[in-house]
Amino acid sequence: MISHRPHLLPTLSRRGLLTGLAALPVSLRAFAAEAETLTFDGLYKSFGVLGFQFSDRATFLRGKPVRMLGYMAPPLKPESHFFVLTREPLAICPFCQSDADWPVDIVVVFMRAATPMVSAGQKVAVSGRLEIGSATDAETGFVSQIRLVDAGFHSV
Amino acid sequence: MQKRTWLMAAAMLASVAPSAAQTIYPLNRAEILEGSRFDFKVEFPNAPTSADVKVTINGKPVNEAFGREAQFVQNEEGQKHSALWLRGAQLPAGQYAIEATQGSEKATVNWTVYATEARKAKNVILFVGDGLSVAHRTAARILSKGWEQGLYGGELAIDDMPNMALISTSGTDSIVTDSANSASAYTTGHKSCVNALGIYCAKNALTLDHPKVETISEVIKRKRAGMAIGVVTNSEIEDATPAAMVAHTRRRSDFNDIVKMFFDVQPDVIMGGGSPNFLPKSTPGTKRTDDLDFIAKFKEAGYALATTKTEMNAAVAGGSKKLLGLYNTSNIDGAFDLRLAKKGSISKFPDQPDVVEQTKAALEMLKGAQDGFFLMVESARIDKYSHSLDWERAVFDTIMLDNAVKAAKDFAGDRNDTLIIVVPDHAHPISIIGTYDDDRPGQLLRDKLGTYNESLPPNYGPRDADGYPTKLDTSRRLAVAFGSYPDTCDTGRPYLDGERVPAVKGPDGKTNIANEKDCTGPLATRKQGNLPFDANSGVHAADDVLLTAMGPGAERFRGHKPNTFVFRVMAEALALGGK
Ligand SMILES: [Zn+2]
Repeated sequence: MISHRPHLLPTLSRRGLLTGLAALPVSLRAFAAEAETLTFDGLYKSFGVLGFQFSDRATFLRGKPVRMLGYMAPPLKPESHFFVLTREPLAICPFCQSDADWPVDIVVVFMRAATPMVSAGQKVAVSGRLEIGSATDAETGFVSQIRLVDAGFHSV
Repeated sequence: MQKRTWLMAAAMLASVAPSAAQTIYPLNRAEILEGSRFDFKVEFPNAPTSADVKVTINGKPVNEAFGREAQFVQNEEGQKHSALWLRGAQLPAGQYAIEATQGSEKATVNWTVYATEARKAKNVILFVGDGLSVAHRTAARILSKGWEQGLYGGELAIDDMPNMALISTSGTDSIVTDSANSASAYTTGHKSCVNALGIYCAKNALTLDHPKVETISEVIKRKRAGMAIGVVTNSEIEDATPAAMVAHTRRRSDFNDIVKMFFDVQPDVIMGGGSPNFLPKSTPGTKRTDDLDFIAKFKEAGYALATTKTEMNAAVAGGSKKLLGLYNTSNIDGAFDLRLAKKGSISKFPDQPDVVEQTKAALEMLKGAQDGFFLMVESARIDKYSHSLDWERAVFDTIMLDNAVKAAKDFAGDRNDTLIIVVPDHAHPISIIGTYDDDRPGQLLRDKLGTYNESLPPNYGPRDADGYPTKLDTSRRLAVAFGSYPDTCDTGRPYLDGERVPAVKGPDGKTNIANEKDCTGPLATRKQGNLPFDANSGVHAADDVLLTAMGPGAERFRGHKPNTFVFRVMAEALALGGK
């Protein structure tokens, strides 16, 4: 029932930050091979009305390369540095019927280079460095609690 | 719901060239409660100077009519129109003709400002069945009371009320409306447009800057120190219907602003889902974009906090008169999942109260208020489950609404001081067309459909003490048809694995296609949608809805009325008119 992105996102670009990183010749597959897998179910140890607590495993993996499977939320632009990874494809997400915005357990993905997006609802494997804790994107004001940065992805 | 529609509406508003004539807010034929506050605004196309325009109210200059000075803004927000503003205007009862002249163009609107007479009701309880349509009601009666030889086994609590009216729900911009606009008509007495709460939809670019009209909660808080306010829902508390009690915004999804508006108005009892918009942005799970901690703020303001049914009941038992109850990060699960299927978010939030338990708790806390109370209770997911074409869940939540109304009727008893109104905010196109019978010959769902005298009564499992059937996936089931749907597959059976998902995004990322999960199985039937391809669920209908009411003031409900009349009856019953 969500058919559009929240209004916060449209102008997102992390070009300044990521240009340097884009040059790193890290093969995604090699990166993925050394990455620990983290699941949506494994992100939090408690999930309460007054907030979540990150799981011990998520806390342990903070700053380390991890791999996650999820769905790409409908992208804003055909090519971007940024997308939102969700547990369920958004169009069929049972928790997405509130009109306002995202499910609460999204993971925000900042890629190491601008990348062509795949079509919405596509299952993807993302590898990147895990960041947890509140952060506000300077350009959009988008607040996230958990991120994969310097990331790359492929469809599965 | 149906964000697509709102965004389109908003985009159209933004892109339409200045209309030929000047626009006066409130709009023509507005009925305004005497002494209630509203923002007066006139928009003049092509950005004239103040010398080029003239506005009168019953022939008098604006400043004189309102007793205050209006502000003229040329090129408002840099746009190609000018505006005359007077925020927080009030008028004594009477008929008003407002004229705005710009060159040779004259625009006129007429308002009725009505007084109220002696107070008839101490308390008002407004039940909103979101999306509640006649077929939901009929199905709820069949499921919870039974049917035999043409007669039902009993009446619903919402049936058995002395007064009834047919209500039209249109907004200013559309015959078919959304819950924000329609709930706003009940809480302000003013028509508005799709996606808006507590405002008239003007040309302002910022969603919070449109001309405001006062909500019933604000009128009561301003004028009745001893009166208490309750807002109860099983949606997110920031969602359209509960938000209509406090909010003024052109965009119903301004959830973070709406939480602040709840805090500004401070209804005494606030219960629903949607906690993430109360948590500061440093808290994992938050949806706020600032550091404001509204949990802490409400606590400081004297509210007890409940995050579970157990905590809610403890707050009531402990004598709390102010409660913030937030029981889910999203919507509270509906009756079908709470009782039978145990899907949805039950595993994450195992101790959520249902609407009946919330209503009883709210009444317990509000009933001691020295000057009475105003309570709004919403059964929100009748609408949401109808969007997903999941009629069994919608009907379970209709039964839940009915049980909540019964609790209110038990409270009202013989006291004759409590006006109870039960009203939908808009309809869904839903009808009962017969029953599916697995014993009928044939392999297709339509072979199993008995119509007219071939539709044998359903054989749902025994009803529990609260009137809910205990088994729905039986051999004879109601056949319920929706009039609006995307490409989808119909199974003719209840969705025990979780709420129905009728359609999913197709490969092009735009067109929605049938959810293949429902397209296999014995009776699964592929249906070509009748909605535009970007729709992934059912849409609202313009059909009139049925209001029932009882108690002092309820006799005003008869015949056919606009939704704004509901506000008027409540304001009259509580005698909210006058300075
Ligand atoms: Zn709806």
